[in-house]
Amino acid sequence: MITKVLMPKLSEAMETGKVIKWLKKVGDPIKGGDVIAEVETDKANVEIEAFGSGVLRKIIVDEGGQVPVGQLIAVIAEPSDDIAGLSAAAPKPAAPAAPSSGTGGSPPAAPPKAAAAAPLPDMESYRSVPATTQVVPMTPTAAAPSAVAPGVPGGRVKASPLARKIAAQSGVDLRVLQGSGPGGRIIRRDVETAMAAPRPTATPAPPRPAAVPARPAFVIPPRAAAEFEDVPLSPMRAAIAKVMPLSKGPVPHFYVTSEVAMDRAGELRGELNALEGQPKISVNDLIIKACALSLRKNPGVNARLNGQAIRLHHRAHIGVAVSLDAGLITPVLRDCDIKPLSQIAVEARDLAERARAGKLRVQELTGATFSISNLGMFDVEEFSAIINPPEGAILAVGSVLEKPVVMDGAVAVGLRMKMTISCDHRVMDGAMGARFLQDVKRLLEEPLRLLV
Amino acid sequence: MAVMTYREALNLALREEMRRDPRVFVMGEEVGLYEGAYKVTQGLLKEFGDKRIIDTPICESGFTGVGVGAAMLGLRPVVEMMTFNFSILALDQIVNTAAKMLYMSGGQFNIPIVIRGPGGPASQLAAQHSQSMETYFYHVPGLKVVRPSTPADAKGLLKSAIRDDNPVIFIEAETLYAVKGEVPEDPDFTIPLGEAVIRREGTDVTVVAYMGMMYRALEIAEELANEGISMEIVDPRTLRPMDTETIIRSVRKTHRAVVLEAGAGFAGMGSEISAFITESAFDDLDAPVERVTGENAPMPYARNLELLKTPSKAKIAAAIRKVCYA
Repeated sequence: MITKVLMPKLSEAMETGKVIKWLKKVGDPIKGGDVIAEVETDKANVEIEAFGSGVLRKIIVDEGGQVPVGQLIAVIAEPSDDIAGLSAAAPKPAAPAAPSSGTGGSPPAAPPKAAAAAPLPDMESYRSVPATTQVVPMTPTAAAPSAVAPGVPGGRVKASPLARKIAAQSGVDLRVLQGSGPGGRIIRRDVETAMAAPRPTATPAPPRPAAVPARPAFVIPPRAAAEFEDVPLSPMRAAIAKVMPLSKGPVPHFYVTSEVAMDRAGELRGELNALEGQPKISVNDLIIKACALSLRKNPGVNARLNGQAIRLHHRAHIGVAVSLDAGLITPVLRDCDIKPLSQIAVEARDLAERARAGKLRVQELTGATFSISNLGMFDVEEFSAIINPPEGAILAVGSVLEKPVVMDGAVAVGLRMKMTISCDHRVMDGAMGARFLQDVKRLLEEPLRLLV
Repeated sequence: MAVMTYREALNLALREEMRRDPRVFVMGEEVGLYEGAYKVTQGLLKEFGDKRIIDTPICESGFTGVGVGAAMLGLRPVVEMMTFNFSILALDQIVNTAAKMLYMSGGQFNIPIVIRGPGGPASQLAAQHSQSMETYFYHVPGLKVVRPSTPADAKGLLKSAIRDDNPVIFIEAETLYAVKGEVPEDPDFTIPLGEAVIRREGTDVTVVAYMGMMYRALEIAEELANEGISMEIVDPRTLRPMDTETIIRSVRKTHRAVVLEAGAGFAGMGSEISAFITESAFDDLDAPVERVTGENAPMPYARNLELLKTPSKAKIAAAIRKVCYA
C-alpha cells in the first residue's frame, strides 16, 4: 500500500510548515505509528507519525524545506510499489511562497474542521494528521539536536512502583505529594504519610495573601558595547505579533474592572489545602471555576463573532495563559463548569507544567471559549488583556493584596483582588460584561458555591 | 541430629550414597590415598576400595571425560575438582558433552554425573584460585548448579545431586569446610534441588545471598536490627534451577531487595536475580533492586586488597539502608 505523507495542519492559523528534521532515512522500514519527522509550525515543533507501514521510499521535502499545509512531503510504500507518478507530482522543497492549492486546504481527516484537501487520486486510505502531535520544545535552529523529546524530564511524577500501586488503591494523588526518596522519588512512606495525615483542625491556618515569591536579587546587567541589537523573532513571537493586531485592531475592546474581597476564598482555600490526599488548590483554580460557572449563567460572554452570527458556547473551555521564556501559550482546560475544583487544580497544573516542558498536544491548545490571564504572581494590582481571537472575552487578574477596607464603619485589613474583563463589543455590551464580573465576584466572595 | 562440620557432612553424604547405590564412585586428584586435598573423601578408600575411589592424573579434561562416559554407560560418577578453578580445563567436557548429551542423543543418554569441589574466594588464594566459578555454569542449559551454605544443606543437596539423572555442578567453599552445624543422620534425608530457604525472617528488605555472603548477611542483620531494619535473608541454595517463587514471595512482603554476590558483578548471579525480581514484582518494589558484588578486578593476593575486592559488611549495610531509605 502506498501512503502519502502530507504536511499536517496543526493549528487553525497554520498555512505552511517547515520540515526541521527527518528521523528516518530513505530505505528505512516504517511501521504505522513510527515518528518519522519533526515539523516546525508557527507555534511549536511537532513530531509527525507515519499512518501507513512499509518503507520510506522517498523524501520529497528536505530538511529546512517549507511547504503549504497538505503538500506531499514523503512517500511510504512497499519496495515493490510503483511510486514514480507520485514523486513527479511533488513540488520542489524550500518554496515558502508556493501557493497552497485551494486556499485553506487541509489534509483529509485532519481534526474536526478538516475540509477536503487537494484530490489524492488512486490513493488508498491515507492520513497524516499530527499523530501524537507531541509538541517538542521550540528550538531556534532547525538542526536541533534533541530529536528525541520523549524521555526528557517534564511533568512526569517519579514514584516507586509500590507507591504508585498504593496511591492508586487509596486514591491519593501522587502529583501533589513531595517525594522523600532520592531525587524526589515518591516512595511508600510518602503515600502512607499522606493517607495518615491528620484531618484539618476546625480553625484553618489563616490564609496569607497571594504568596510573595522569594525576591530574586536585583541586578542590573552590564551596559552593552553596541547601541542596539536586533533579535530575530522566534516563531512563537512571530505568531503572537501576527495574531494580536488581528485582535486589538479590528476587535473593538472595552474593559470592565471590579474588585473582589478574597478573604473567604482564602479561608476556603486554606481549608481545602489542609485536607490530606487532596490536590493543592490555587487562587487561579478558584477563579477558573468561578468564571466557568459564570459563563454558564452569562452565555453572552461565552460567545464569539461567527460571520453574521454570534456563536454562544454551551461549554466553558477556559484558556489559561502560561508565560514561557519564549513567549506565551494558552492551553485549554475543557468543561470547567462541570469539573470539580480538585480536577481543575490537577489539570491546570499538569497543563502548565507540560506547557513549560513543551509537551502539550495540539488539541490542548485549541478550542477555548474564554481565557484567563493572571499576573497575580508579579505583584500586579490590575491590568487589561488583549482578547485571544476568535474568543469574545478575556479576564485579566491581578494580585490578592492586603488593603485597608471599611467594615461596619471601621477600617480593617482585608484581602482584595482586582480583575478586568476585556470584551469584544461586536459580541456583547458593557452591562453583560459587568453582570458576568458581578457573578464571578459573588462566587469568589461566597466561595462555597464553587463546591456545590 | 548430630553436630558436624560441613566437610564431615559431605563425607557422610558420599558414604551413604555409595553404600546405597553400587553405581556411585568417586574420581579425582588425590581423592584416594591422600584422602582429598580438603579431606572430604577421608576414609572412603578404606571403606570402598580403589575400584570406587579412583586417584587420577592431573588432567581435568581427561578424567571429567571419563566420568561423562561412565555416566553414559550407567554409572553415577562423583568427580572432584581440587578447586573449581581447575574446571576451566574441563569446560568442554562439561558444557559441550555432559550438558548436551541428553538433548543431542534424542533422550537416549542421561548423564548422572556430579562434579564437586570448592570454589569462590577464600583466603589469599590470589587471582587464579579465588573465582566464583558458578557464573560459568549456570548459564548453560542442561546443567544444574548447587551452592550449599550449611552442613545440613551440604549433605542433603549432595545426596540429591548424586541421585539426580542430570549433570550437577556442586560448588562447595574452602572457607566453609570447618563450619559446624546440625545435620540429620537419617540416610534418607535429602534436600530437593531447586528449593530456596529463608535463613532469617524479616519485614523490611529481602537480602538474597549464599555461601560466605549469606553468613555475612546474617551478621549484618543483627546490627541493622538495632537500627530498626528487619532483614529477611533468602538463600537460593540451588542457582539453577532457581527457586524464584520463594524470592518473589519474600520481595512481595518486604518491597525491597538487595542481592549479594562474592564474585565480580557484571552479568553475575545478582544481575539475573535482580532482573527476575523487577520483571515479576515490579509493582511491589518501593526501591530499585540493589546489587552488592565483588569489584570488577582479578582477586589480589595481598590480604588488605583482597578484603577490598570482596563486598564488605559496610558496603552491604549501606546498600540495605539505601533501599530502605534509612
